[in-house]
Amino acid sequence: MSGYDRALTVFSPDGHLFQVEYALEAVRRGTCAVGVRGKDTVVLGVEKKSALKLQDARTVRKVNLLDSHVCLAFAGLTADGRVLVNKARTECQSHRLTVEDPVSVEYISRHIAGVQQKYTQSGGVRPFGISTLIMGVDSDKVPKLYSTDPSGTYAAWKANAIGRNAKTVREFLEKNYVADADHHDALKLAVRALLEVVQTGAKNIEIAYMTVTDAKPTVHNLDVHEIEALVNEIEKEKEAEAEKKKPTAAGSAANLASASS
Amino acid sequence: MESLFGVVGKDFVVVASDMSSIRSIVVLKSHEDRTRDLNSHNVLLYTGEPGDCVQFSEYIQRNVQLYSIKNDVPLNTAGCASFTRRALADSLRSRGAYQTNLLIAGWDPKDGPRLYWIDYLSSGLSVPFACQGYGGYFCYSTMDRYYHSDMTKDEAVALIKKCIAELKTRFVANLPNWQIKIIDKDGITVNVVEGSAV
Repeated sequence: MSGYDRALTVFSPDGHLFQVEYALEAVRRGTCAVGVRGKDTVVLGVEKKSALKLQDARTVRKVNLLDSHVCLAFAGLTADGRVLVNKARTECQSHRLTVEDPVSVEYISRHIAGVQQKYTQSGGVRPFGISTLIMGVDSDKVPKLYSTDPSGTYAAWKANAIGRNAKTVREFLEKNYVADADHHDALKLAVRALLEVVQTGAKNIEIAYMTVTDAKPTVHNLDVHEIEALVNEIEKEKEAEAEKKKPTAAGSAANLASASS
Repeated sequence: MESLFGVVGKDFVVVASDMSSIRSIVVLKSHEDRTRDLNSHNVLLYTGEPGDCVQFSEYIQRNVQLYSIKNDVPLNTAGCASFTRRALADSLRSRGAYQTNLLIAGWDPKDGPRLYWIDYLSSGLSVPFACQGYGGYFCYSTMDRYYHSDMTKDEAVALIKKCIAELKTRFVANLPNWQIKIIDKDGITVNVVEGSAV
């Protein structure tokens, strides 16, 4: 196997492109990002790395605007993400120039996926070590969520997770996703999904959403208090769930009595 | 046959462009928009070779937008003018030079109102008032006579209308409709002045 991961364009005998798989490993080491699509709202949630003391946290952008109506979160190598985001931003404006129309979320996802694929089939380059979640609201006023990965695959998703513990989070989403969720429920699901893997709570979570009810498509960022409010609401619900499941003292005594008689 | 005017006021810029699209002896269109809003506080006005004008102006418009998406902050007027002049200069000694004369007008919180005059040879200058096209031959004298610094909106618009009236008297082509834009801290306001209403 070891001979086949050197040059990128070479398949291994059993059909693997090892460089692409190693890129996916790099993605798995990146911070978690979650996307949820509701009826009128689409939400992106990202795990923020705990702030290094001397670093100015405001300069670390995890959710990036591609155009006024589309934005992207990625997991993996930050520098690769920056390069891909810049390529996508240029393409958004280029599209507006030639076609006199803003890009659709599908178009730009397809473009980003195309760029990622090109880097798996060119000489002397390595794949981008990132997967992306792309959210936006098109002119048809329908919220959209797409995802791409280092192989250049892209697909639309109802909800997805990328990065650290993505498998766990995706399973959580599969269990708890409800179609056509309203705005509040979509936000809550995204936060709940992130809380599965982000132990430290609201201060390490960033949430951005877009909704069709805005006259002009805008990306909204929740501030830390709004996220804390959601976290508290979720905690209370979890406690209520736990209370219901706990057997009461009287109930268990009755069980003992009936078991012995 | 196209003309552009611009006057910098106290805390705003007023610009005007005629709206007639003329080829030889035919008026093709009477409400042509010879401007492109670069962002919320900057406007580019163009005259010159028809295809070049639109291609170049829209290219600049898209790049100004790209700048603000990339850098999370809108490009200021000086930046717009620098970028435009540089793009024009680079194209000058290339296969496809753009034959476009421009005015770039805008307002930003740090520098206040600014007006830039850029010609097709890529000379660029920040000026208190300017003309592009034949209008300059007739109206620079009007502007010299009546311009003073810190004009109010009414005074500046009146000066522009004096220039338009001068062209109506002395210029061979009939330019009935004019688009007047005022850019200040609140953004861009548009006014179309038609026919004999000047």
